[in-house]
Amino acid sequence: MMEPDARELQVKEKKEVTASSEQTQTGLVYTPEVDIFETEQALTLLADMPGVTPENLSIDLREDVLTLSGNTVPAQSPSEEPLVIEYGVGKYYRQFTLSEMIDQTKITAVIKDGVLRLTLPKIEKASPRKITVSAG
Amino acid sequence: MIYCRMFDVPSWRLAGPFQELENVRQRMENLYSRMLDGTSSKFHAGVFPMVNLTEDKENYYIRAELPGIAAEYLNIQATGRSLSISGERKIPLEGENVKYHRREREAGRFNRGISLPGDIDSEKIVASLVNGVLKIRVPKADAVKPRQISIR
Repeated sequence: MMEPDARELQVKEKKEVTASSEQTQTGLVYTPEVDIFETEQALTLLADMPGVTPENLSIDLREDVLTLSGNTVPAQSPSEEPLVIEYGVGKYYRQFTLSEMIDQTKITAVIKDGVLRLTLPKIEKASPRKITVSAG
Repeated sequence: MIYCRMFDVPSWRLAGPFQELENVRQRMENLYSRMLDGTSSKFHAGVFPMVNLTEDKENYYIRAELPGIAAEYLNIQATGRSLSISGERKIPLEGENVKYHRREREAGRFNRGISLPGDIDSEKIVASLVNGVLKIRVPKADAVKPRQISIR
């Protein structure tokens, strides 16, 4: 099951967003960690967004700006008393400026086990379009 | 951002000698209020994954964010009052001819131990992994559950 030479995962604090534009709703906002890679055909983005369901995720691409925002619901029920709280739960938000031309009609997004996989096929000119997310 | 903060004091203002002290005092206050604000705790054990532990009358609840970790690579064991969560996060290769622009997500093994403050019923622990969030419900042992005592 486990490879003996695999490295140990280090703990990483969730990064809070320190953007110049403030959110209208109060609450914690975190930057999701991403992998972005490119092939000849497409640009693919993987983002860690634990606790985000397809319904709570919005992906928006207009002009060259890709915006990811994911809402999470508080995991704790009100009857629970906190004993040790190491991480905060909040929204995820991150923006990217794309340099490649993306074929907006062929964008696919899948979220599975808290990881978003967004495939952005290349070519053609950009026009505003909202992207729907399907369950993984 | 630090750069902005350091240089945003307009140079034409005749800042008194105490102005800078006042600024420092205010910054310290902000820092303390952030640290004491329970919602974004900066105190943790320094071991992956970070966990949140809560309780109600019947159970302890342990939660951890484990995005992209399949249940079969996760191992949860209970011994006495302690619990261990170990496993491995794998990030599969994306094939040949792939050019990475960003690589922030990390793969690797982990092993986290958690000691619970009271006795537990280890037979009835239930764990679920939904949307990358692990939730473990650990029932308290009958002996330590609060009992309502009726007055006759």
